[in-house]
Amino acid sequence: MLSKQELDEILVKRHGKDAQKRFAASCVGIAGLGGLGSHIAVHLTRLGIGKLVLADFDLVDASNIHRQMYVLSDIGKPKTEALHAHLLQIHPYLSYTLHQTKITTENAASVFQGCDIVCEAFDRADQKAMLINTLLQDLPNTFIVSGNGMAGSASANLIQTTHPMRRLYLCGDGNSDLQDGLGLLSPRVGVCAAHQATMVMRLLLGKTNC
Amino acid sequence: MKVNGSVYSDFSGSILQLLQQKNLSAERVAVEYNGDILPREKFVETFPKDEDVIEIVHFVGGG
Repeated sequence: MLSKQELDEILVKRHGKDAQKRFAASCVGIAGLGGLGSHIAVHLTRLGIGKLVLADFDLVDASNIHRQMYVLSDIGKPKTEALHAHLLQIHPYLSYTLHQTKITTENAASVFQGCDIVCEAFDRADQKAMLINTLLQDLPNTFIVSGNGMAGSASANLIQTTHPMRRLYLCGDGNSDLQDGLGLLSPRVGVCAAHQATMVMRLLLGKTNC
Repeated sequence: MKVNGSVYSDFSGSILQLLQQKNLSAERVAVEYNGDILPREKFVETFPKDEDVIEIVHFVGGG
């Protein structure tokens, strides 16, 4: 096992001292640990984000493995715990706060209090809207990076990052809807998750344009 | 008024009616009204005027 100091030195060498200092001092929340959230968490862990707040009420299901970052032996475990175990294999010295709970208008602000940025990674459109409305109202200093439109098999080039509101960034094609019978396929969901993680990275480096 | 960056003329009504005209469900949107997030319960009682700037984000499922 590498020591914390050895791991830190590796990240500083690859990412640069200033960038790594910013990443290590940051706190990022992820709401929903499915196809988007589980992959966002891996990216942010590889960046060495100091504190990650991970929230999902669900258990890993056999139907998740095709696009989420879990493996067959995770089936039946809470997603928070299964993901935490994988993240510890990437960086064991970060702070991980797990919330195995359903996020609601009542608890969202307290779960994500103190986060510089929250990634919205829910499945349902009404839940996405609920979370974003709640966090924009209740956490006045927190930025939100949301996944919006990644179902189906259209070109990955249609997935973009946009900045429609001062503290809200959207990643996705804005259009492909699960409701229209489109499936969720791993590569395209992964592209959207990488867009979200990239915007988080840029914001933490002080780059506010998309 | 401006809606999502475009001039939107000949409209009189509430934000809720604006959403209905655009075929958008109030449960699946976030609305910014002159730079501030507009709580959903105010959609029915907010009547935008000519100089107002409105940004509507409509969410689709999948994650």
